[in-house]
Amino acid sequence: MSTEPTDWLIGQSVPRVEDDRLLRGAGRYTDDLHVPDALEVAFLRSTEAHARITSIDISAAKAMPGVIAVYDGASVVDRIKPLLNAEELRVPPGIAALDPINKLQPAPILATDEVNYVGQPVAMVVAETRYLAEDAIEVIDVAYELLPAVIDVEAALAEDAPLVLLGEDDNIGVHVRHGKGDTDAALASAAAVITETFSTQRYVCAPIETRGLVAQQDPFTGSLTIWSTTQTPHRVRDHVAGAIGLPVDDVRVQSVDVGGGFGQKGILVVEELLVPFAAHDLGRPVRWIADRFENLTADAHAREQVHHITLGADADGTLVAVKDHIVVNLGARNMVGLVVPYNALCHLIGPYQVANADLEATGVLTNTTFTSPYRGAGRPEATFAMERAMDRLAVELGIEPSELRRRNLITSEQMPYETGLLDRRGVPQEYDSGDYPAMLDRAVEMIDVPAVRARQAAEPDRRIGVGFALYLEMTGLGPFEGARVEVMPSGRVRLYTGAPSQGQGHRTVFAQILADTMGVAFDDIDVLAGDTASIPYGVGTIASRALVTAGNATAQAGELVRQRILEAAAGVLEANAADLTIEQGIISVTGTPSVELTLADLIRSVPKLAGGSGSDGLGETSYFQPPNYATASGAHAVTVEVDTATGRVEILDYVVVHEAGTIVNPVVADAQVIGGVGQGIGGIMSEHLRYDENGQPITSTFSDYLMPISEMVPEIRMDEIVCPSPTNPLGVKGLGEGGAVGPPAAIANAVEDALRPEGVSVLSGPLSPGRILDMLRDSEVSR
Amino acid sequence: MSNLDPSGPPAAEPTARHTITFTVNGEAVTAEVESRLLLTDFLRHRLRLTGTHVGCEQGACGACTIQLDGQPVRSCLLLAAQVDGRDIRTIEGLAGPDDELTAVQQAFADQHGLQCGFCTPGFVMSVTSLKEQTQATGQAPTEAEVQDCVDSSYCRCTGYVNIRKAARQALGLPVDVPVSLDSTSGEVSE
Repeated sequence: MSTEPTDWLIGQSVPRVEDDRLLRGAGRYTDDLHVPDALEVAFLRSTEAHARITSIDISAAKAMPGVIAVYDGASVVDRIKPLLNAEELRVPPGIAALDPINKLQPAPILATDEVNYVGQPVAMVVAETRYLAEDAIEVIDVAYELLPAVIDVEAALAEDAPLVLLGEDDNIGVHVRHGKGDTDAALASAAAVITETFSTQRYVCAPIETRGLVAQQDPFTGSLTIWSTTQTPHRVRDHVAGAIGLPVDDVRVQSVDVGGGFGQKGILVVEELLVPFAAHDLGRPVRWIADRFENLTADAHAREQVHHITLGADADGTLVAVKDHIVVNLGARNMVGLVVPYNALCHLIGPYQVANADLEATGVLTNTTFTSPYRGAGRPEATFAMERAMDRLAVELGIEPSELRRRNLITSEQMPYETGLLDRRGVPQEYDSGDYPAMLDRAVEMIDVPAVRARQAAEPDRRIGVGFALYLEMTGLGPFEGARVEVMPSGRVRLYTGAPSQGQGHRTVFAQILADTMGVAFDDIDVLAGDTASIPYGVGTIASRALVTAGNATAQAGELVRQRILEAAAGVLEANAADLTIEQGIISVTGTPSVELTLADLIRSVPKLAGGSGSDGLGETSYFQPPNYATASGAHAVTVEVDTATGRVEILDYVVVHEAGTIVNPVVADAQVIGGVGQGIGGIMSEHLRYDENGQPITSTFSDYLMPISEMVPEIRMDEIVCPSPTNPLGVKGLGEGGAVGPPAAIANAVEDALRPEGVSVLSGPLSPGRILDMLRDSEVSR
Repeated sequence: MSNLDPSGPPAAEPTARHTITFTVNGEAVTAEVESRLLLTDFLRHRLRLTGTHVGCEQGACGACTIQLDGQPVRSCLLLAAQVDGRDIRTIEGLAGPDDELTAVQQAFADQHGLQCGFCTPGFVMSVTSLKEQTQATGQAPTEAEVQDCVDSSYCRCTGYVNIRKAARQALGLPVDVPVSLDSTSGEVSE
C-alpha cells in the first residue's frame, strides 16, 4: 500500500459517485436503453398448476398486426437446450460423500406437453411493441387436460401424493442428512428437551426493477450483445452461448444500472435464453421486461421452509443436541439444488457450541413457481427455527433468553472455530473470526433487557415483549472473482470486474480500495462492473461475496499495476524503482521533489520506451480465490408492543449489533444492514406469496403482496464489533445479506414474549393483524 | 430543434389516434398517440425521458410519480391521451444536466437516501411536491404529511431510514427522528 494509513479511504464514508446521475433521472437501466427498431416480447404463461397440453394453436397470433414471430414449445425444443443452473446444482465431493439426492430437472424452454406451475412460459410472441405482443397472446389457443396439483410440501411427501413432475419417481428433488456425535443418545439423557415446528412462509425478492434484457445481434459477425438486469453476467453469457450454440466469445453480456436484485436476478430463467435466441433467430434487437404480475407469479420465489426442530440441554442451559428436519418447498423443479437447503442446514446452529447434531434437509417439489436464493438464502429460515427454539428452551428452563444464549456461545478465544460439520464446499466448517459474546452483550445493553422486564411487571395490561436473534453468515463465496485494472490514455484508471452492483455502491467502494492500493486519486478511478467483454471470467454479485472476492481481486490487480507503473516510471525517469512513490497519481522520486511524472505522461511514454520488456503495458488482471469463508455475524434485539384488540404489532425499538470485518465505507455498510432489516421486517410482518388450493397465486399484485412501506420500518439503532477476517488481505467480510437474517426470529420472539400471558404460540409469519387475532383466538388461554 | 420529438404509434397499432399538445419540463410538445398508450410508456419510450421508472403499472409502487399541473401523480395510471393541455414535470425537469442538484436531490445524496436508485425519482418527485406545497402555503409540513409523503412509494433497498432523513432534510426538519420506547409518544401519524 502506497499511502499512509491516515490518508486511507478504506474506512471512510466517501460519498457515492453513483448518486448524482441517479438523482437526475439519468440512470441507465435496462429498459432505458434505446435500441432502434427493437422488438418486444410477451409470454403466454400457463394458467394451470399442473396439466397436459393437448394442443397449442399459434396461427391466429402469427397473423395479428405487428407480430413478427410466435414461438411455442415445439418450435424451440430442438433449437435451445433446456435450462440447468449448473453452477448452483454442482455437488462438491465432500457433500457427495454424504450421499445426497440432487435431481437434475432441466427446465423446458417453453412447455411442450406438460405444465407444472401457473406462470410457466408456454409461448413467446415477438412484436413491434409490447402492446401488440400482448394482443397476440390473447388469441393463442391452448387446450389443457388437468392433472392433480400438489401445493403443500407435507401433502407432496405423502405416500400416495400425485407426482408434481410426470416421469419422476417421487416429489423429492433434494435430500441431505448430516450431523455429528450421537444426537438421539444426547437427547435421551438431556435435562430439558423442546420440540416444535417452525415455518417460514413463501415470499418474493421483488426488486422494484423487474427482470429484463435487451439482446442485439451484430449483422456482420453474428455476435450477440445482451444488456441485462442480471447479478451474474458471465453465467448468462455462458448459458446463452451454450443454449443456442454460439461460441462463448460471441456473446457479450453487460449488466447496466440495475434496480435491486436480492437473489432473484442471480439465477437464470428460461426467458433469459429465449430473448437472445429470438434476436439471433430474427436478426433484430429484442427486448423483454417482466411486468410486476410476471415478477410476483412467474419469477423466482423464496423462503418457504418447515423446520421440525428439537433442542436438548442440561439443567444449566448448556445445549447438548440439536435435531432438525428441514423441509424446503422447491417449487416445480429443482432449480438451484443444495444451495438453500444446505445453507439452512449448515447455518442452523450458528454461533452456538453443541456437541451433537442431526440435521436433515428435504427439498420437495410442488406445483408452484420455482424458488431461488433470496437475501440470506436459507439463513433467515434456519435462524427463525433455531432462535425461536432457543427462546422456548429458555422458558422451559426458566432462564432469561439472552442469558441462555450467552451460556452457549462460541468465544473469541476459540477462533478459528471448527464446528465439526461440513460447510457448503464440503470441507470442515471453520468460523474464521468473531466475538459473539461481545456482540450479544452489547445488544443486551442497548435494548436494556432489565428495563423491559421491569416494564412488563409494572404495566401488566400492556403486551410488551423483547426478542433476540443471533446469526452467522459464511460470506465471500468462491471459487473466485476477478479484477482488471488498466491505466487509460488520459491517465485515469479503470477497474473492470465481473461483480456488478444492484445498488450496493461498487463504483464507490471498489474505487476506495483501488485508490488506497495504487496511490491514485479516488476521482481518477472509474469502475465498470459486469461487462463480460472487459474481463473473461466472473461469478457475479450473490451470496454476500462481492466485497470479499472482487474487493480483494481489485487490491491484487491494483498492486500489480502499481508495480508496473513503478518499473515503467523508473525507465522514463532513469531512476531506481525502489526510490519512486505514487501519490494521488503523481509519481515522484524520493528526495528529489522537482522530478514528477503523471500517469498520463507515463502511459504516453510506455509504448515508445526503448528496451521494453515485451510486456510493459499498464494493465493487469488478477483473480482472488478465497481460501475459506469470511464469517460475519449479527445480533438483533427488538422490543414490541402488541395491541390485542387490533392485532397490530408495533416495533418500539430495534437494535442491530453486527460484525463484518474491516468496514470499507461505514455509511454504505450501515445502509446495507438497515436495508436488509427492512426486508426482514417485511417478511415477518406482512409479506406472503399465497396460493389457493388449486395452485393459483392469489397475491399477484403489490396491492395483495404487501411489502413494507416507510412507516413499517422503525429507526434502527446500530453498533458494530470489528474482527478483521484472516481469510483475505483486506480483512473484509460480506454484509449484504446479514441484515435480513435477524428480523423474523427477533420479532417473532418478541411477539411471543409479549403474548405469553395470552398463551400464544408464534410458529410462522407473517405477523399481520389478522393472523395475530387468529393466534389470540386459538391460544391456550382463550381456549 | 427540440430534444422532445416524439415518434408516433406503430403502423400496426389498432387503437384510435389522438393528437395531444402539452408541456413537459417547460417545453411544448405535440404528439400523436394511440388511445391505450400509458403516459409512462409515452414519456419513457417516445420522449425518451427515462428518468420516470415503472415498478408495477398498478399504481402501488410510486416509482413513476411525476407532477401533473404541480400535483404528484402516478404516471402509470394515466393514458398519454389524457394529458392534452396539461403541464407535466418529470425528474429531468428538476435540475438541468449542468445545474447543481436541487435541495431535495442533494438531501438524498447527503443522507445516502438511495441505493439502486430505481425508486428514487418517484421519492424525489413526491418530496419535491410536498416541499413546494409548504413553500406555497408558508406552512411547515406536519409529521403526518411527511409520513404520508414517504409512505407513498416502495423502496426495496434502503429500509426507508435514510429516505426519511433525506425527506426531513429537504423539508427543513430535524433529520433524526428520536427513538421512543413508549409507543404512545412514538406515534407520528394521526
